[in-house]
Amino acid sequence: MKRKLEASELIFKIISYTLLTVFALGCLYPFVYAVSASISGRHAVDYGEVVLFPKDVQFDAFRRMFNDNMFWNSYSNTLFLTVYGTVWALGVAILGAYALSKKRLLFRKFFNFYLVFTMWFSAGIVPQYLNYLATKKVFNGIGIMDDKWLVVIAMGMAAMNIILLRNAFENVPSEIEEAAIVDGATEFGVLSKVFIPMSKSTIATVALFFAISRWNGYFWARQMISNAHEHPLQVFIRLTLEDYTNSETMAGWNEVYASDSVIYALIVCSIVPILIIYPFIQKYFAKGTNAGGVKE
Amino acid sequence: MRDKGADFLIFDQASGTYRESPEQMVRDDVEKHYWLHVGRTILKDWRLYLMLLPTILVFLFWRYLPMYELLGAFKVGDQVKSVSEQYFAGFSYFKTLLVGGGTGGLSMEFWRALRNTFLLSFYGLCFGFPMPIILALFFNEVRSNIARSVYQVLTYLPKFMSTVVMTSLVMMLVKQGSLTSGAGIVSRFLARIGLISEEMANAGLLNNPSFFRGIYQISGIWETAGYDSIVFFAAIIAISPTSYEAAQIDGAGKMAQMRYVVLPSILSTIVIMLIMRIGSLLNIGYEKVLLLYNNNTYVTADVVSTFAQRYGLAGAQKGIASAAEMMNNVVGMLLVIGANTVARKASNVSLY
Repeated sequence: MKRKLEASELIFKIISYTLLTVFALGCLYPFVYAVSASISGRHAVDYGEVVLFPKDVQFDAFRRMFNDNMFWNSYSNTLFLTVYGTVWALGVAILGAYALSKKRLLFRKFFNFYLVFTMWFSAGIVPQYLNYLATKKVFNGIGIMDDKWLVVIAMGMAAMNIILLRNAFENVPSEIEEAAIVDGATEFGVLSKVFIPMSKSTIATVALFFAISRWNGYFWARQMISNAHEHPLQVFIRLTLEDYTNSETMAGWNEVYASDSVIYALIVCSIVPILIIYPFIQKYFAKGTNAGGVKE
Repeated sequence: MRDKGADFLIFDQASGTYRESPEQMVRDDVEKHYWLHVGRTILKDWRLYLMLLPTILVFLFWRYLPMYELLGAFKVGDQVKSVSEQYFAGFSYFKTLLVGGGTGGLSMEFWRALRNTFLLSFYGLCFGFPMPIILALFFNEVRSNIARSVYQVLTYLPKFMSTVVMTSLVMMLVKQGSLTSGAGIVSRFLARIGLISEEMANAGLLNNPSFFRGIYQISGIWETAGYDSIVFFAAIIAISPTSYEAAQIDGAGKMAQMRYVVLPSILSTIVIMLIMRIGSLLNIGYEKVLLLYNNNTYVTADVVSTFAQRYGLAGAQKGIASAAEMMNNVVGMLLVIGANTVARKASNVSLY
């Protein structure tokens, strides 16, 4: 009896480790290949001699990227959108969630439904597009010519994030709030001195969600930002790739790097910053999925 | 505004009849001056309502006003004019899309898009949904914390790419061969082991409609399986070790432990996730399809939102495009609400 039990367990363990290793390496491989291909020599990349490790190492593809003003421009635009977009969306969401977490708020049910309905039904791409166009006209009318502000203000709000914050605020014990009120705190004081410090980790998670969606935002930024100098990184990557697909060449005939290497270098450049901060944000991300969505 | 208690009437000794109690008079007063009361409450708590105002406005301007533009689905006229200035066309766009007539090809394309939307989600349900569960079971077998963290970090990693970077990488890995360079590394590998022919690899897998769904699902698993396993893994590590011990004493092998200890414990999580997934069958993200498809692969790749994007934004048939997406989104909404209701009934857990 004992022997058989150990055998079945052992077999399952071996299978688990094997398949996990295969899957994990499979997840990793495209990144490793992208790095290798971006720093390998022209002939090696063009003729498919790079499989895992780089061959005939060169850094000219990266140098080309770093010498491209549009690349740095798009990076700074993405930073702009991420920082201001997150601050704006988080600010609006915290204030709204605080008000919604109060039982004494009149028409509370209606306001909750007002948010939740947008998660069920969206008007779709075309109406959204017409709406953003109209907004853009209004913004231009009052003197905001930089379309990045349109992206910051009008896009990226998510009802789900407000609801996550609201749930966190509802879990703050009311005794602490009452004590603060007795001490003479105003509504805003209660929010900033009691509620925000007590829900720090949820706020960090929600801020992360906003920041990620801003960093990754592509479609509407491309539709709405007309000046190429204002394009964020994602749009720049895609336009470069489309350029390459259409012309089939990226590198001049006398360069030491292959056309593919330029694209891979660009991909690597856009992933590296995320990899650097990844260890710090991972725990908030994991927390987000557990809290995300499911509410008792 | 009659209260539950029977205190709205009191017996008047003097006249021997019932009359309204003072409490009820106050209530009646509040009822009569309901809006006054509302106004007073809001005024007293004005800071709270001021805090709510930005949220209300943001959602009004950029979530609800677009819904007004949906009227375009019922109207014809100069596309440059605003919706309110156009003429009513009734359901003609819907008719064109559903049963054809007029421009006949549109109806065919719409049904194809609807079918593709459903199929992409459905295959995601069949292949993409079980993967995180299997991964979570495997993670549970890794006893060393360090080794498990390494596995988890590696499998979560793809989730942190943007859709653009992910699709760019996919496009490069299966790209077509040209005069100056060979096909993508994955295509070449598949050709080498004989799964596809050399010609297919050189023509580019993303130019071939029969590979689109496979690429879509595999890249989806690559991107999300690790990250989605978090929720299942959390359910598995919540199982008390004593349950396993009890099963072992009863002589349960590994498979029996899986069957009688692990599965029942995570079943509710699986059911909820499954119901939610079914609820969002028609809400397929358009960005990934838009970035991966091209005019060679419309047959299998075109979904309703990319159909709407093509005709409404790239083309100029805004009415048709609005109508198509509206039908998709209304049915999608009903599915979401249905799924949510079922989940709430099943387990007292709801998404909203």
